[in-house]
Amino acid sequence: MSIAIYIFVMAGITYLIRMLPFALFRKKIKSRFFKSVLYYIPYAVLSAMTFPSIFFSTGNTVTAVVGTVIAVVLAYFKLPLIVVSISACAAAFVTGLFL
Amino acid sequence: MRKPFYRGMLHGFPIALGYFSVSFGFGIVAVQSGLKAIEAVIISLTNLTSAGQTMGVAIIAAGGTLLEMAATQLVINLRYALMGISLSQKLDKSFTTPHRLLAAYGITDEIFAVAAAQDCKLVPAYMYGMISVAAAGWVVGTLAGSVANMLLPVSLTAAMGIMLYGMFVAIIIPPAKTDHRILSAIVIAAILSCAFKLWLPGVSVGFAIIISAIASSVITALLFPVDSEETEENKQ
Repeated sequence: MSIAIYIFVMAGITYLIRMLPFALFRKKIKSRFFKSVLYYIPYAVLSAMTFPSIFFSTGNTVTAVVGTVIAVVLAYFKLPLIVVSISACAAAFVTGLFL
Repeated sequence: MRKPFYRGMLHGFPIALGYFSVSFGFGIVAVQSGLKAIEAVIISLTNLTSAGQTMGVAIIAAGGTLLEMAATQLVINLRYALMGISLSQKLDKSFTTPHRLLAAYGITDEIFAVAAAQDCKLVPAYMYGMISVAAAGWVVGTLAGSVANMLLPVSLTAAMGIMLYGMFVAIIIPPAKTDHRILSAIVIAAILSCAFKLWLPGVSVGFAIIISAIASSVITALLFPVDSEETEENKQ
């Protein structure tokens, strides 16, 4: 299938989700349950996307696991996004040199 | 008109710096998934969202169906609908429907957070200033990541495949440290997603992730319903 069609569907849906409520909605969502689900969705999506994909992200499970551990530890200590990201990459790269 | 635009640009600048680094990682992943640099850039320009784009590229790489593409984008980006509703309560009356149609393009987690934190009504020029600078950072970062992937040695670019996920980790871990509800959402989603990969490899990657994410959010919402103020204030 053409990549252009994929991109069109992807961009179209993403735009409509943003646009329709922003342009048309005049009331507030009342349901506490629905609000709660929407509150957790971003974290759940990022987590489901990251695990297990991160373990296959470098083409080598060992370097990826080392990078993941470094990322989790540095993130736990609240280092900036870019520091966590580059450190994970550096850890995976250096580990690869020894394999 | 010029002054709010300029103020918006200033507010967009730190967002653009953050976006540059995330989209750099996206550019790497996109090219490694078999896309051309120009396709990665067009995706960034037309979508302006990290999680949705990463998922979209995975579906393209796996040759998924358009239904799968539409469904995953709908679920992953559903939070923007809530942010749009929230922002719509804050708009100046100069925000006519054409302006709303245009500015809707730029509703992201970060732009929402900054715009929602303003103590005045939002005018279109302010939103355009912020969105244009932030989107520029996003697109340029994607281009830089795509090009870096082509120029740098394979040993390095392979390791760079982890950068985007490293950022996702850095986004979800700190709030989970202090908020057990978010930790619960993250752990359940990760377990389900891994379970799909291990035991149900036939389920395509997009559906596996949205099923995991929705199940996790519903379970966590049932266990720990949030207070109404939190849903709008804590979005970062």
